[in-house]
Amino acid sequence: MSATTLARPRQPNPVLGFIRAQPLGAAGLLVILIMATAAILAEKIAPYDPEAIDFIAMLTAPSMEHPFGTDAFGRDILTRIIYGARTALTIGFLSSFIGCTAGGLLGIASAYFGGRADMIIQRFVDIVLSFPIVVLALVVVAVLGKAAVLGVDMNLVAAIAIPIVPRSCRVVRAAALSVRAMPYIDAARAGGYSSLHIILRHMAPNVLAPYLILLTAYIAQAILLEASLSFLGLGVSEPKPAWGLMLAGDSSNFYQEAPWMILFPGLAISLAVFAFNLFGDSLRDWLDPKFRA
Amino acid sequence: MTKLLSLDAMTPPKRLAGEEQPLLSVEDLRVEFATSRGVVRAVDGVSWSVRAGETLALVGESGCGKSVSALAVMRLLAKPVGRVTGGRILFQGRDLLALSESEMRARRGREIAMIFQEPMTSLNPVLTIGTQLAEPLQIHLGMSDAQARARSVELLGLVGIADAERRLGQYPHQFSGGMRQRVMIAIGLACNPRLIIADEPTTALDVTIQAQILELMKDLSRRLGITLVIITHNLGVVARYADRVAVMYAGRIAEEGPAERVFATPRHPYTVGLLRSVPRLDRARGGMLETIEGLPPNLLAPPSGCRFAPRCRWRQAACDADPVLRPIGDGQSAACHFAEAMPPPAEPASTEAGAMRHVGQPLLTVKGLKKHFHVPLRGFFGGTATVKAADDVSFTIGRGETLGLVGESGCGKTTVGRVVLQLEKATGGAILFDGEDLATVSARRMKALRTRIQVIFQDPFSSLNPRMTVGGTIAEPLRKRRGFGRAAAQDRVAELLDQVGLLRDMADRYPHQLSGGQRQRVGIARALAMEPDFIVCDEPVSALDVSIQGQIVNLLAGLQARLGIAYLFIAHDLAVVRHLSHRIVVMYLGRVMEVADRDTLYAAPLHPYTKALLDAAPIPDPAVERARAPRALKGELPSPLAPPTGCVFHTRCPIAGPECRAEVPSLREVRPSHMAACIKL
Repeated sequence: MSATTLARPRQPNPVLGFIRAQPLGAAGLLVILIMATAAILAEKIAPYDPEAIDFIAMLTAPSMEHPFGTDAFGRDILTRIIYGARTALTIGFLSSFIGCTAGGLLGIASAYFGGRADMIIQRFVDIVLSFPIVVLALVVVAVLGKAAVLGVDMNLVAAIAIPIVPRSCRVVRAAALSVRAMPYIDAARAGGYSSLHIILRHMAPNVLAPYLILLTAYIAQAILLEASLSFLGLGVSEPKPAWGLMLAGDSSNFYQEAPWMILFPGLAISLAVFAFNLFGDSLRDWLDPKFRA
Repeated sequence: MTKLLSLDAMTPPKRLAGEEQPLLSVEDLRVEFATSRGVVRAVDGVSWSVRAGETLALVGESGCGKSVSALAVMRLLAKPVGRVTGGRILFQGRDLLALSESEMRARRGREIAMIFQEPMTSLNPVLTIGTQLAEPLQIHLGMSDAQARARSVELLGLVGIADAERRLGQYPHQFSGGMRQRVMIAIGLACNPRLIIADEPTTALDVTIQAQILELMKDLSRRLGITLVIITHNLGVVARYADRVAVMYAGRIAEEGPAERVFATPRHPYTVGLLRSVPRLDRARGGMLETIEGLPPNLLAPPSGCRFAPRCRWRQAACDADPVLRPIGDGQSAACHFAEAMPPPAEPASTEAGAMRHVGQPLLTVKGLKKHFHVPLRGFFGGTATVKAADDVSFTIGRGETLGLVGESGCGKTTVGRVVLQLEKATGGAILFDGEDLATVSARRMKALRTRIQVIFQDPFSSLNPRMTVGGTIAEPLRKRRGFGRAAAQDRVAELLDQVGLLRDMADRYPHQLSGGQRQRVGIARALAMEPDFIVCDEPVSALDVSIQGQIVNLLAGLQARLGIAYLFIAHDLAVVRHLSHRIVVMYLGRVMEVADRDTLYAAPLHPYTKALLDAAPIPDPAVERARAPRALKGELPSPLAPPTGCVFHTRCPIAGPECRAEVPSLREVRPSHMAACIKL
């Protein structure tokens, strides 16, 4: 059916347009923004010092004073969740973004050039994939040590991003292969444009959908991986607050008597992941001209 | 393969209107689809009927509701989106719409069978042909395995598949497209149905295979007394095979009647327009094609009066009132207020208005072009086989000239186009463009030459980047390759949109907001933006509806006349090629069979393959069609992995002798400027 009578796509205000077209995505974005604000203004918002030990208040159940209760050292869980948002957002988002983008571009290039280049890139991917994620991240952290930039350990980000690269490379390459076979790519090649231009202008926008799904899915993975590394003493280390660490640390010894110790950090991770997923899905639809009419 | 019974096509069975009860009659059928943008009335008060033993053709362009009305008969509409909102479907006197689902299931396949367009996807790839053939026999007729097997062998024999016992154990991928469609027909025939509905049964097939399949269906329907409803957009198919025709437009029947009457004296302006806008094989090229301007209406909000009025050249004030389908004598009915005043379908062809411009120096010379692909065989150590997609292909295109490149799928015509565009590297041979060999030129020089060589693709749905606006797509070559500034590019985009007949404000739209024909115009504008000397047109109209095809053909011809662009026009439709080309190259299995001037080729073809191709292409005129001899070309296209030795055509050639197996015939000048590759000439 022809759609020739459609009005021209015009959004006077992209933010308002997004909210109207994608209310769920806007809700996700709102949650992300709230968490980001909390992370930035943690000192101002948090009711306690995240590292202050209070043996009198050990393992208190949620109350007016400690809305989310306290942990085995009497530290306020709400405070630690607010501070933990810093690690979650920076490590989680940053490493997923870097890993997926690098992997995605590699995947597109692999599909676009094909032949020998594709063979080499894919065998490299196979090699990296053959290491278990934690082992790989462990090696990276162990070799690189720590390198904090603005309070974020960039080597930790790299350690988490590197295992993501081959995984997103695989998925994006599969999507890019079908785009590569499209006549509009041939038309662009017949136009004599550079490979870089074709990859960025014609291939990348058309594999955005799987890319965004990967990006949001790996944020959750990255937060949990960071927790695993922390547990092994390679990531963020105690007493610094981090969601994964709160979940994986000694809280497991107390989960029966103090379930709030794992409940609230768990909820925080779920909420963050859910918000990123909502936002990612909506962003994908929003960026697709077909869904905008 | 069993020999098809020769058909006495000159005397179609005589039947008078109202003589007997129709086998199937659709009465005032209404089908709606609920979409996100509103309710589409895909079928809006349609009535047609078919008597036992008759062949009815439902004709129309995409979206006119022809397939939907057939799916409604089978009660196979996609639920819950599509639903029947009114009317009756009487089959042998019972209303199918009133049956329970289990009663309906007992009829599907048993009494009414359906054959779909795409033989590649309508068979299950993981089940053997035998299993799929036995399924209806065991379910509907309760046959045992042995009985079903015996019947399956019989059925495959009936549809002309040799070695049936062995082939029953094979899987669909081991069959060619034509063979799969034969299997589909065998499945349809399995339970001796009274009625077969075939939805575009040959659209996905090559012209010589199409002729085989249609002859088979027609022959079977006569021998077994099966009633056929063929849904098609191909007027040639209708002319040859249908007893009655119903022409559909925008969810309504525009005209209905006996095939000879509808073709000889069409009574609806849409039918007249359709018949005029088809390029004809049997007529010399006469300047511009007549076309139906505009687009079919949007069925979300159809016009209140006559649905065809906005595109009708004889439109009058009375057309604001909706015309009813009314009988106008001789068994014909039409939905037009002025049905009696319709002019004849064919205006006398104007005398060779498109004078043959013989063009001086050659722009592109292809010499001994070879393109071989290496295909891995089964297994890790299977090695590779070589497919000679193009072997020793030579031709020349002059400035401002159109060279038609014709052949069936797999003949290598698209490969030749891609090699000329340097999207693929040639295995051997030279491609001289304006004196430079594209095969050996440096990458930097090739990049410079790319502004002079452009391309238009077949599929307007995938040839435009869905993420870029029309304006962005056309501006890209200007900005990236021709050094236009932003403002200058915008102005030039507007000019180009004018030139290809689009509105300037379409620059802001995305491809999915345009129709197929409009997208193809955008593709043409993108090519023109480079101001090329030469455009490779790879099947540029074969994905478009008939009335839109004419518009694009005219646009391409007009641009050539004004801008002097040379075209390599690749197509399988001989009539379209005839209309546009100055000279024509016929290819088969990677080799050139014949090269000649357009009129020479059509008037006096030399090569038996060219003759077979011309013979297989149906002509939209029942009088001409039924006077022609039955098709001669038999067999399938051989596998390109194992091409025949000697002349590649000898396996299907009617005049081949043993010597044809030994020697590869070279292309030689049989008559002045008329080359053919056949030792028998």
